[in-house]
Amino acid sequence: MTNDTARFTRRRFLIGAGAAGAAVGAGVLLDRLAAPGSRPAAEEAAGPLVLVTLYGGNDGLNTVVPYDDPAYHRARPTLAYTPGEVLDLGEGLGLNPKLAGLHSLWQSGHLAIVRGVGYPQPNLSHFASMDIWQTANPPDGSGAGWVGRWLDLADDDPMRAISVGATLPPLMRGERRSATAVTAARITLAGAPPLREAYAALQAPAADREGLAAAVAASGSDLLAAAADLDRLSTSPGGQAAPAGASDLRSQMAVVAELINAGAPTRVYEVSLSSFDDHADEKPDHEQLLSELDSAITGFLDSVSGHPAGRRAVVMTYSEFGRRPAENASGGTDHGSAAPLFVAGLGVKGGRFYGEEPSSTSLDADGNPLHNVDFRSVYATVLDRVLGADPDKVLGGKYPPLDFV
Amino acid sequence: MPGDTLSDVAFLYRRAGFGLRPDELERAAAGGYDSAVESLLAGLGDAPDPGAAGLAEPTFTSGPPPRGAGASQAERAAFAKAVRSDVVGLQRWWMNRMITTSTPLREKLTLFWHGHFATGVSKVRDARLMYMQNQLFRSAGAGSFEALTQAVAKDGAMMIWLDTSTDKKAHPNENFAREMMELFTLGIGNYTQDDVTAAARGFTGWTYDRSRYEYVFRPAQHDYGFKTYLGETGDWNGEDIVRIAVTRPESARFVVAALWSHLAYPVAPSDPVVSDILPGYGESLSIAGAARSVFLHPEFRSAQSRTGLLKQPAEYLASASRALGLDASLASSASGDQRPGPRSAPDLPALAGALGQTLFNPPNVGGWGQNGYWLSTATAHVRMQAAMLLARKADLSGLSSLPVRQRVAAAGELLGLVDGWGPSTAAALSRVAADPVALLALALVSPEFVLA
Repeated sequence: MTNDTARFTRRRFLIGAGAAGAAVGAGVLLDRLAAPGSRPAAEEAAGPLVLVTLYGGNDGLNTVVPYDDPAYHRARPTLAYTPGEVLDLGEGLGLNPKLAGLHSLWQSGHLAIVRGVGYPQPNLSHFASMDIWQTANPPDGSGAGWVGRWLDLADDDPMRAISVGATLPPLMRGERRSATAVTAARITLAGAPPLREAYAALQAPAADREGLAAAVAASGSDLLAAAADLDRLSTSPGGQAAPAGASDLRSQMAVVAELINAGAPTRVYEVSLSSFDDHADEKPDHEQLLSELDSAITGFLDSVSGHPAGRRAVVMTYSEFGRRPAENASGGTDHGSAAPLFVAGLGVKGGRFYGEEPSSTSLDADGNPLHNVDFRSVYATVLDRVLGADPDKVLGGKYPPLDFV
Repeated sequence: MPGDTLSDVAFLYRRAGFGLRPDELERAAAGGYDSAVESLLAGLGDAPDPGAAGLAEPTFTSGPPPRGAGASQAERAAFAKAVRSDVVGLQRWWMNRMITTSTPLREKLTLFWHGHFATGVSKVRDARLMYMQNQLFRSAGAGSFEALTQAVAKDGAMMIWLDTSTDKKAHPNENFAREMMELFTLGIGNYTQDDVTAAARGFTGWTYDRSRYEYVFRPAQHDYGFKTYLGETGDWNGEDIVRIAVTRPESARFVVAALWSHLAYPVAPSDPVVSDILPGYGESLSIAGAARSVFLHPEFRSAQSRTGLLKQPAEYLASASRALGLDASLASSASGDQRPGPRSAPDLPALAGALGQTLFNPPNVGGWGQNGYWLSTATAHVRMQAAMLLARKADLSGLSSLPVRQRVAAAGELLGLVDGWGPSTAAALSRVAADPVALLALALVSPEFVLA
C-alpha cells in the first residue's frame, strides 16, 4: 500500500466514524489497513505505544529494590528500603512502596520489568545521555530521534505521533517529519473565518521563504492539519478530562486517553515527568514522583480499558540513566548508569522479568552497574511488535528483541 | 537590508534588546551604527534605567520553606500558594522591565544568563532568592565572567538548586561540580569524571543560610586535602575550582560561543567566528567586551545572521508589547484587587509559559533550547492566541485611520520591521487589511516577526 492510499483510507475512515458517532473498532481496522501485507505479526500489532520520559535520571535501585542484597544495604545506609517495606516481586526484588498500582498490574500479569537496561560506556551527563536514549545513537546522541526516524519512513499524517506538551523533544523529531505537539485533545483556533483563511495563506509553503522562516510557517500549517484531524475526532463520544488538581503527568496521560477513546489513529504518544535528579534529600522527593507515575499509569490504563485500541496500548517508561548505588552524604545519589524500565498494558506479557539484574559488586570505574540489556533491544521489540515497523531500518542495526509483548 | 543604517540599527536593537518603536529608531540611528552599539553598551553595569524607574519592586509574602515534621499539611499548602503568588509577581515585574527598559542590552543579558545558569523556583521554593539571582545577573552580567561565576556559585538559589549547600566531605555531592563544568564554564568533553569528583570535594563545606539569606562556609565539612583537577594539583577550595575552570582556553571559546549563539545565530565553540570574538573577551574575561565584538563583527549583520535566530517566548511577548505600547502592569481596583488596566497586556507570564518558557522555572539546568526547540504545533497555536489577545488590547487608531492599501506596510513599520514583508507574507496580510485587529494579529505570527 502506498503512503497516499494509507492516508486516504485513514481519512475516509475517520470521517465515516465521525458520521456514525462511533469510534469503537477504529484502531483494529486501521491497524489492518496500515499493516504491510507480508508481516504476519502486524495483524495482531499491539499499538499504540505510550512513551513516558522520566527526566533527571530515575533511581532504578530504589524503584525496583534488591532488598535481599547486602551490597544494596551497605551502599544505601539511609536510603535503602527494608524487605518489609517493599512490594515483593520475587527473586529478592520488590517495588518501591509507592508503586502499589504497578504492583497490582504485576500481579495480574500486565506489568513487565526489563532489568539492567543501558548502553556501553555510559555518559553521566543528563543531556548527552538523554540525547543518546532519544536518538538511539551512542556515543554522541546526534541526529534525529528514533521515533522521528520511524516517522520519516512513514507517511506524512500529522496524527501518527503525538507529544503532549508545548515543545517537542528530540525523540519526536525526524529529518523530514516531526510529531504533532498538543496540550489538549482539541485545538480551538482563534479568530473569525476570514482570519483563519488568511492564516492558512500566511503559513502555506512559499518560494520566498527558506530555513527558519519556512520552519515557522510549517509549524503553522501543521497546526491547521492537526486541528482539522482532531476536529473530526471530536465528534466521537468518550474522553476523560483529568480530575481537578491532577498531577502534570496524570493530566498529560488523560489527554492521551481521550485521544485513544476518540479513535485517534495515533501510533506513538509521548508524555513526560521531570525532577528525578535527586542529589540530596532523595527519599521524600523520589517517593512523590513514583506516586505520580503510579497513579498516572494505572489511571490511564483504567480509562482506556473500554476501547479496543486502549486494551492494546503499551506504556513504556525510560530515563537517561539510573543513579549510583553508593549514596552521597547529602541523603541523595549521583548520576549512574543501567536501570530497570517498566512496560505496562493489557497485552504485555507481564508478571515477569526480562534481562538479568546487574551485579551489585562488579561495578564500573565510576562505581556504577554494568548493563545487561542494550536499550536498542527494547526499542527493537516495540518497533517490531507494537508498531509493526522494521527495527533494523529505524535503529540502523540488528538488536535482538525481547519477548515482553 | 544589511548595510542600510536604519535597517542595521533596527536589527541591532532586536538582538541586543526588545526592538524599537519607529520614533525611537530614528533617534537611535542618528549617530550611525557604531554609535548605537556604544549607547547600548553604556546601559550596562550600574547604569540607571529611567524607563523602568516607575516600576514597583516585587514584593514577597513567603519566607523560607517550612522545614521538618513540625509543619502541618495546611502550613505547607499555604506556603506553596504564597510562593506561586510571589513567582507570578516576579515574572510580571521582569516582563515589565523588558518592555519598559531604557537599558535593553542589560535586560537581554539578564535573560541570557537566566538560560545559561538555569535555576528553577520549583526546587528553590523561594521567589526572593530567584529575585536576588536575577538582580545578580543584571548587575554582574556584563563584567568579568569569572566574577559572575564566582558570585553565581555562592548564590542562594543556585546553591539550593544544585545542592551545593548540602555538599559534605564524607561523600561529596557531584551535582553543582558537574553542571558547573558541563553547562556553565567548559562544555562536555573538556573534563572527566575524575575532575567532577575533585571539584565536588572543593565545594564541600559551602552552605547557605536560608533564613538569613547568606552564604556560610563550614570548615568542619570542607575537604582540605590535595585534589588533581583539570590537570592541576593543589589543596583547591571552591573559589579555586571556579577560577581554574573559567581561565581555561576551552572556557573562553565555550562562553563566547554561547554569547554569539544568543545574539547572532547558534554556533559550536569550534566555529571560526568564535576566534574573532576572543580578543574582545580577553584576559579579563569581559562579557561587555565580547558583546561589543559580536555587534561590530561584519558577520553579525549578515543575511545569514538575520535569518538565523528565533525570538524566545519572553522576547517575543516583550517585543510585541513594547511595539504596541502595552505593559504587564496591573492596576489596583477600588476593592484592592489587581486588575488589568486599559493598556495592560494579556497575562504575559502565563503566555510565555504556554509557549514553553516559564520564567524562573526552566525545564532543567540545561535551560531552554533555540530555534527549532520553539517550533511545534502547540506553540504555533498559542502564538496565534497570544497575537489575538495583544492585537485586541493595542490602540490601533493609527492603523485604522490609514487607507486599507497602506495598512500592510504600516503594520510592518509599527513592529519595527524596517525591511518590510516578504511577498507571500504581504499577500496573506492584505487579505485582512480591512480589519486592523486581524491584520496586526496575523503580522505578529508572521515568520518575519517570529524571527529575532
